[in-house]
Amino acid sequence: MVVRTRVNGDWREADVWPGTSLLTFLRDGLGLYGSKNACEQGECGSCSVWLDGLLTCSCLVLAAQAHEREVRTVEGLDDGGRLHPIQQAFVDAGAVQCGFCTPGFVVAAADLLQRDANPSLVTIREALSGNLCRCTGYQKILDAVNLAVARLRTQA
Amino acid sequence: MSVEIRRKGGVGESVRRVDGVPKVKGEFEYASDLRRDGMLWGATLRSPHPFARIVSIDTSAAVDATGVFAVLTHADVPGKKTFGLDVQDQPVLAIDLVRYAGEPVAIVAAEDPELARGALEKIVVNYQVLTPVTDMEQALEKTAPSVQPQGNIVRTLTIVHGDPNVRADVWVEGMYETGMQDQAPLGPEAGLAVPAADGGIDLFIATQWLHADREQLGPCLDLPPGKVRLHLSGVGGAFGAREDVSMQIHACMLALRTGRPVKMSYGRQESFYGHVHRHPSRIWMRHGASRDGKLVNIQARLLVDGGAYTSTSPAVIGNATTFAAGPYEVPNARLVGTAVFTNNPPCGAMRGFGAVQACFAYEAQMDKLAGALGIDPVELRLKNAVRSGSILPTGQPIAGVAPVRECLQRLLGLPLPPDEPALDRDPMLLPGGAGNVSHGEGLKRGVGVAVGYKNLAYSEGFDDSSEAWVRVSVDRDGPLAEVKTAAVEVGQGLDTIVTQIVRSELGIDRVVIRGPDTTIGSAGSSSASRQTMMTGGAVQLACQAVQAEIEQRGGLQKLRRPVEATRVFHHRPTGKLDTNGQGDPHVTFAFGAARAVVEVDQELGLVRVVQLAVAQDVGRALNPQSVLGQIEGGSAQGLGLALMEEVALVEGQVKNASFTDYLIPTILDVPPVVSEMIEQPEPGLPYGAKGVGEPSTVVVPAAVVAALRNATGRELRRAPVKPDDLVGL
Repeated sequence: MVVRTRVNGDWREADVWPGTSLLTFLRDGLGLYGSKNACEQGECGSCSVWLDGLLTCSCLVLAAQAHEREVRTVEGLDDGGRLHPIQQAFVDAGAVQCGFCTPGFVVAAADLLQRDANPSLVTIREALSGNLCRCTGYQKILDAVNLAVARLRTQA
Repeated sequence: MSVEIRRKGGVGESVRRVDGVPKVKGEFEYASDLRRDGMLWGATLRSPHPFARIVSIDTSAAVDATGVFAVLTHADVPGKKTFGLDVQDQPVLAIDLVRYAGEPVAIVAAEDPELARGALEKIVVNYQVLTPVTDMEQALEKTAPSVQPQGNIVRTLTIVHGDPNVRADVWVEGMYETGMQDQAPLGPEAGLAVPAADGGIDLFIATQWLHADREQLGPCLDLPPGKVRLHLSGVGGAFGAREDVSMQIHACMLALRTGRPVKMSYGRQESFYGHVHRHPSRIWMRHGASRDGKLVNIQARLLVDGGAYTSTSPAVIGNATTFAAGPYEVPNARLVGTAVFTNNPPCGAMRGFGAVQACFAYEAQMDKLAGALGIDPVELRLKNAVRSGSILPTGQPIAGVAPVRECLQRLLGLPLPPDEPALDRDPMLLPGGAGNVSHGEGLKRGVGVAVGYKNLAYSEGFDDSSEAWVRVSVDRDGPLAEVKTAAVEVGQGLDTIVTQIVRSELGIDRVVIRGPDTTIGSAGSSSASRQTMMTGGAVQLACQAVQAEIEQRGGLQKLRRPVEATRVFHHRPTGKLDTNGQGDPHVTFAFGAARAVVEVDQELGLVRVVQLAVAQDVGRALNPQSVLGQIEGGSAQGLGLALMEEVALVEGQVKNASFTDYLIPTILDVPPVVSEMIEQPEPGLPYGAKGVGEPSTVVVPAAVVAALRNATGRELRRAPVKPDDLVGL
């Protein structure tokens, strides 16, 4: 079946079998490999994208469910080459090691910052509790979110 | 040694990761992202039985299935039928027996992953099920079935130190156990094999050691080394899981057979079957001390479950046994270590490599001994801690720095978390989080401390080296330094460290790291906390050779032709152990100390780790941000082993091969980690820097469980500690 989706602002389509997940559609259908596949069951958050603006594990959604809808992925996060503040903060705070979880984390963290410009530590932990990282122990991920919050506040 | 000049972006600075930007943008290419036009997908049929004889394999229906290009079994392995890092005893594809549930039996290549999986279901394997050996003690029994032709012992070693029959004033004894931990790197095992016109193969792969893979691939594929070319792809974490070969040979066989590029990428479930795990252990120890608290005699028996094949079990039990007395001076000891074969999944390398299991036991014993003597546990440790020059039970003196006391003292200087009222707190801050059904009535806080140590690089006479090539040229943008090694960036930050070393040595800001492959000499494995020392050392030597040549030619300004040099770094040689376990087995050591503060809900058995504090001997921090990141990440994996992570086995079957059932710590489980780097440069190592990846993983499990004992008064002799253990069910 042909699935047509608006991805990061552009209408894209690919012919996939009906059981294809949104994640596989994005990766193998459209060649957008930024969203990662690490657990296939919504436990790790590495495949996080926005579906019609809602933070979603793309491995848990069928491609067909995204038909004629709007998807935003990690590839759509930076602004014409300029990193999104949360991406820059991840680089600066040392929140990246192997980096496999990173696209999912930056998407989930960016989603949090859209909803809450000044999140408490408990709020940040709760918001990122659906994302697994095996390398960092999460300390520097928390630092990165706090750094992005502080920078956005000064800019505002 | 020359005076080191501080240079911008050089060693000692928290330089940003060189791969940070592509990783946050999702542009960094991991092995599971690889693709080629016309490529096929490989898939693996695995044994459902832990021990069985293969009576027949019928692949005909799979061969005839739509979109299937190859179905291969052991009969199709072109050369040697077995592989292995140390002993080549693991079949590429099972031959007459399967020895663990999950062992590869057949492989297919098909047009897409669904067709490949469908083809697997069409392969009919007729098994004659055998009674498996699924317990490490059972493996030692005379009546136990033999997992391997030579029996069930992988290795036994005995260390006899001083007079192990010496009496002591006070004795304490204990049995300790640790479970099978999974490395659970987020990136799955993956690679792409591309057949070449010369009959050879190019394999793009996520691994820890390109050359060790090639050494195993060549004979199995019946190809000379020059025709087996490995290229590093992006690696999504490793922690030991990628030290052994997983899908490498299979992908190459399918590509060579079909003449098409073949990609293999495991899912999470298959990943649990497709790589080795941390050895479960059962350790008995008896510690004797004088009334005033000096260790007199340590007796230990260590048993680890190596699973079905050898992998790195000999080295793991070597580590566990040589470290069994802990970082303490003890004049007499008898330490006996055994690794056995069972029909459980094979065990091999994981962060801490045998030192973790030993530390869990000896630190529990030190607390027990402190209790028996009526001495403060930290004071007991300070009284007995090794120092530079101390003799270890193997007879090996500690030649380098050994700041155990400094680690402990600086650890205790780290601020404790404030007390929090048990009642009326945010439910997210209760043990078990918002899922807790109490209101904090039964909370009890506990504090535990542990120290431990780990060897750097490989031991027992392994000749370990790394090769680096450095080239300096000048173009319109100025001087450019290019570096090539075969060393693997697994996420630990090696490429950044290498860049910093080049900047420090050459004063050139523009550094390009060329992709690692097998066209250059081996760099050894990205494991055993060794790459900063080994590849860092090789890069430093190559830079120094290039720098000498540049100076001879009159400096960078006058450089017309590029200058290049290739250098190999060796660590000091080590030696094998004799029959009494005496010798000079380890290159050098890194020490660490951890303190855990926990809260236990005594009614529900739920735990909240409130804080982890770590003080670690790092020699010298070449990139402080990255060093702290290693300490924090290693601590989280230690917390996992202490509280939640265990591959659950029932009669040899893995029962929790998913992230829904095998729990790794989330951001809600890991508390603030406060850490201190103890910087005392190690003589003889480049920049005095020690490897930093492992000590926190070694000490944190022991510290967390000590804190749980402190909170509950229970013995808690097994990790991971489960709620049942804490409420006494």
